[in-house]
Parts: sequence; C-alpha cells; structure tokens
Amino acid sequence: MPTDVERWKDEVYGEEIREHLMEFAETGWESIPEDEQDAWFERFKWWGLYHQRAGQESYFMMRIGTPNGVIEPGQLEVIGEIAEEYATGPAENPEFGGAYCDWTTRQSIQLHWIKLEDVPEIFEKLEDNGLSTQQACGDSWRNIVGCPVAGKDKHELIDAWPIARDLHDTFKGDEDHTNLPRKWKVSVTGCTEGCGQGDINDLALEPARKEIEGEEVTGFNVRVGGGLSRKEPRLARDIDVFVRPEKADEVAGGLSALFREHGDRENRYNARIKFLVDEWGAEKIRSTLQEDFVDFDLHTAGEDLREEYTYNTGIQEGHNDHVGVHEQVDGNYYVGLNVLVGRMGAADVLELADLAEEYGSGEVRLTQRQNVIVTDVPEENLDELLDEPLLDEYSPDPSPFMRGSIACTGTEFCSLSIVETKNRQVRYARWLKENVELPDDHEEFHIHLSGCTASCAQPQIADVSLRGMKTRKNGDPVEAFDVGLGGGLGEDPRFADWIAMRVPADEVPGAIANLIETFAERRANGETFREFVADHDEEELADLLEPEETDYEDPYMHNTKKTWYPYAEDDDMDASPAPTDSQGDPLPADD
Amino acid sequence: MPTAVRILDDGAWISVDDERVVSVSELWRLTDHDVCNCTTADFLIEGFVEVDVTETTILARAAGQCVTCGASAVSGWLPVGRIVGPDRRFAPLSSGDVRTPQRRRRQ
Repeated sequence: MPTDVERWKDEVYGEEIREHLMEFAETGWESIPEDEQDAWFERFKWWGLYHQRAGQESYFMMRIGTPNGVIEPGQLEVIGEIAEEYATGPAENPEFGGAYCDWTTRQSIQLHWIKLEDVPEIFEKLEDNGLSTQQACGDSWRNIVGCPVAGKDKHELIDAWPIARDLHDTFKGDEDHTNLPRKWKVSVTGCTEGCGQGDINDLALEPARKEIEGEEVTGFNVRVGGGLSRKEPRLARDIDVFVRPEKADEVAGGLSALFREHGDRENRYNARIKFLVDEWGAEKIRSTLQEDFVDFDLHTAGEDLREEYTYNTGIQEGHNDHVGVHEQVDGNYYVGLNVLVGRMGAADVLELADLAEEYGSGEVRLTQRQNVIVTDVPEENLDELLDEPLLDEYSPDPSPFMRGSIACTGTEFCSLSIVETKNRQVRYARWLKENVELPDDHEEFHIHLSGCTASCAQPQIADVSLRGMKTRKNGDPVEAFDVGLGGGLGEDPRFADWIAMRVPADEVPGAIANLIETFAERRANGETFREFVADHDEEELADLLEPEETDYEDPYMHNTKKTWYPYAEDDDMDASPAPTDSQGDPLPADD
Repeated sequence: MPTAVRILDDGAWISVDDERVVSVSELWRLTDHDVCNCTTADFLIEGFVEVDVTETTILARAAGQCVTCGASAVSGWLPVGRIVGPDRRFAPLSSGDVRTPQRRRRQ
C-alpha cells in the first residue's frame, strides 16, 4: 500500500506546489487547514522549506541549493542580507547571535526561523540573483556536490563544474525526475584527490580514463548506492560503466529514471537506491540501465584514480580538506577558511562577501566540510586578505580540532535529532584546543558529531565519530554519544567502528583526550592516527577511549528536545511564543 | 470519525489527527518485551517505524536501543497514548510510564 507521503505526492508535487505555497504565504500560516498541515509541510520540502520542530510551529528552515558549492560573485551578499532580514527568530543563540547562515555538508545553505509570509519576497530576491531553493529537500534531485575547487584546482583530471552545473540545470524542474521514491544525492568529481566524496552518494561520477577506438578519453566511472543513514551505511557500488562528459546527463538521468521506476514506494525506510543495489546487485543495475533507460551502448569502466585520493584519508598529505592558501591552476590563489561547525553570523557573511569582492573575483565556494573558500585571489592581494580581522575568527590556519569539527543541526531545530549538537561541538573543539596536544605532524583531525542516525554530519567517515544517544547518569537521563573510530575515505574507504557506547556528553572530551594522549605516547615512528586505530582491535581501543569527567562543562545534558528552544532563558515548552503571525507575535490558541 | 495517525519526517514524529504529538529521543520503560533480555528495558526511541490505532489506543513500533544493555531492536506494538473524552482527544502516556507491547487490533 502506498504511504501517506506517496498519496500526497500523487495529489500535488513538484513545481505546482509553488502556487499553493504562495497562496498560503499571502493568507498566512494559520490559513493552512489543520487537517492538511502534515501534507503541505511534506510538500513544501520540495521548495526547500522544512517546518521546524515542536515548540517552533510556524517557523521554517529554508535550504538554498548551490551546486558544487559555487556562490557566484554578488550572491553571498544577497544570502547575507536575506539572513539578516528574515532569519531572525524569537530567541538568540548564545554562540552565534540572532541571525546566521549554516553551510552544510552538501555544500548548501540553511537559514532558520523563516516565516512563511516572507517566502515570496525571499524567493524573488534569490531568483533575481540566480539562486533557488527548488528541490533542496524532498524526494528528488538534491544539491549536486563535488570538489569545491573544480576548475580552479591544480590536481584535476577533468573540470567537473560544467558537468555538475549541466546536471543541475537539466534535472531541477524536469517533470520526469521531480517525484522520485526518495531523495537522490549526486556527486560529480573531476579532481585526483577524491574531494567529491562520491562513495557516500546515491550516484557518483568519479574521474577516469578509457581508451576508446584507440584514443584516450577522460570522463567518469559510475558508482551507485552509497549513503550513511539509519545505521545502514553503504559505499557506492561500482556498476562497471564509463561515461564521457557529454553523455553524463543521459546516464545520470537513466539511473534516476531507473530509481523512479524500481525504487520502493511502499516503505520509505527501504526506498533509497542503496537498498535496491543490495537487492539487485551492481550487475543487474547495469543491465537494466542498458536495456531500459539509455539509448546507446554503455562502455565498461575505465581506469580510475582512486589510488591517488588523499581527501579525508588521514594520511596528513595532499588535500584532506580545503582550508589554507593554495595556488590555482591559473596562478591565482584560493583561501579556504575554517567555519567552526559551519555556522556564520549574518554580519560576518556580509563582511566575507565584501572581502571576496575586494581581494578576489567575488566568488565564494562552500565545502563538504562546512567551510568556505575565497577563490581567485591574485598573489599580490594575499597578504592583505590574510591580515583582515575576519580571518582571526575564520582562520585559514586553525587548530586541528577547530578545523576538523563538523556538526549537524541538532535539537536546536531538527525533529529527528536526539541531542544538542552545534553549540556542544563548539565547546568540545575549544576545550580540546586548550587541553590536548596532537603530534606536530597531525594538522588535521576529523571529529564529526551527528545528532542521530540520519548521519547528516557524516559521522562514519571521521577519525572520531560521535552519534547522538541517551544514557542514565546517577539515575537521570542525560544526552550522550556513541563513539566510533577509524572512518575515512580514499582508495579503500571504511566506516568507523563503534567502540564506546552511550558515553555521557560531558565525558566525551575526556575520552578523546585520553585516546590522543595514548596515541601520542605509543605510536610508531610517523604512524598516523588512522593507522594507529587500524592497528588495534576494538577491545584495545575501548580501553584507550576511557570516558572521564574533566573541567569541561556541558550545559546541555538535560533533554533539549523537551525545550521549545534549548538556549532560551525560559526554555519550557509552554513558554514558546509559537505559532506566531507574520510579525512574530503569538497567534491566539484554538481553545 | 476515525482517528488519523501517521508517521512524519522520516520517523521523527507520530501525528494524531494532524497534530505532531510524540517525538523520538525519549526513553521508554518496557516490560514483557522482546527488544533485549533486560527485565525492564530502558528503550531510547530513535525512529518510529509503524503506527496504528485501535478503538482507544494509539500503538507504534519503534526502532531504538536499550540504554542499559545496548541492544538495538525494532519494538513490538507499544502504547503511545489513548483517545479520551467525547471530543476524542489524544492523551499521551508520560515518558515515565511502563509500557508493555500489545497485540494490534485494527479499528
């Protein structure tokens, strides 16, 4: 039997949602009939609007999809202005203030506290400047990711940015692909370092060479069915296909159509294509693609470059991320800035936009590690840019613990999350920076903190993986984490092993400190942290990862999900002003 | 009028009559259960899998983990709350209530 979501999608979905959205914006949030709210909130996701959690009714998260993380000259200023004007809620965040932008692990932008009534103005401003929220959420083509310095990088086989942009232009709004069984995440990578993270996407195009009719052709090998969610992580499977760049849209569209026709619409937990690949195997995916969904003979896979990958491999050489100053292929430079947990105040966003204009081309790019890159900086501008006060906060040369921290949205706004995330990860990073010494040859150390098993912070591919949990401490329920070790990407990607379970949140920094201290003492000469973890079995690692209370203080140990907003002075659910009208004033209760 | 129940936002919520009423992240105490060997499981609700309604009781199956022993499981049909009064309002069980899986009897 089709699910409620499928039934709602059959009635209204895709482009046509916009007309209804605009009508509701005109008549106000309270005009959405109560018995239709579930359906409309599900549909609004397609236009990038996600109703916030209980206690925050009538407020929305808005996601803006920026393919490959490319923010063209002039666009960042628009984003900052929208955040400043519209993304301000009834309470401030103690770390980030009242209005901010989140840079996500899929190179997108998230704003919070958006009022439905403001959506028409925001859409107009976005679209006037080449930006959109279309298909940023919902069951269709999501934001396409890739190496954030595609076309600029000195280490690439092929410039994948035109291909990513073509796929974006082709499949955003294409009615044949707007209603899929579930989300469809695509990565297109042309660099030789593996920065596109193809392995964890539904569809990955990865750089490859192939001799065809006596000529060496550069293009992509195709992998399908990666993803991290729901304790069912999968690496994308090689389906033995090489595609030329000019045919990428036909193969990607064929696979999207295959998913549309054969994905499970009766069980959303089984709907992602990773489960279809489990069931069918890569060979059947390939043969079905060939027989039913493309009109030309597929090539077998070419020679890939995976053995050259350095990104998130923990080897401390090459690109593990894009922070720092790097020369571009055209002789200019890009400057990768660390944004702790990916959140930047609106005033800082506007300042960054000014700096990008002043010292570069005005373009800024977002990375899959929640950081930003100012591109196209001539060598003569570098010193002045690096002297700017904003770079004291968003450093190109940060502590490994600041640089390596990723966190998802958490209970601040998200319905699924079990625990508070971003503010806690900020506190963890600061404490680790002050109290823990990594060996000098470790400039990068990745700690990914995800509030639940949806894995939006990609915890399974980090040196230290934190996944939201609960436990009891002195009999009381407290927020906690499962702690994993040893995940990463590269030629032989692997997911973290979960080593310590249900560690109270205030004992996590102590556990990490104990582990790193032992690593620094016992490591073999030149041994990396990731090698050290791989050389020990789970029992040994569990002994080294000893949870411990320290002078770290955690203000979020209680059930933050039970608050209307975890940082409000009176955080009790009954103290919530929501739902509110277009001006943010509380609406009268029904009874 | 029958009570409408459904799961929303990838298992984050149970909606009763189009109102989000119960969310993940709570600890529920379970007896006579099959999620682990603990006499009383201290079960963290990580995601709702199915929801149904009998004449007066909302039941749900949930994916989660016993935080005492660490066992992960999908539970049987656990009571979530009751439909009470002439206006058929939903009254949730409190998180401290001890729950026992029930047989599902369709409305």
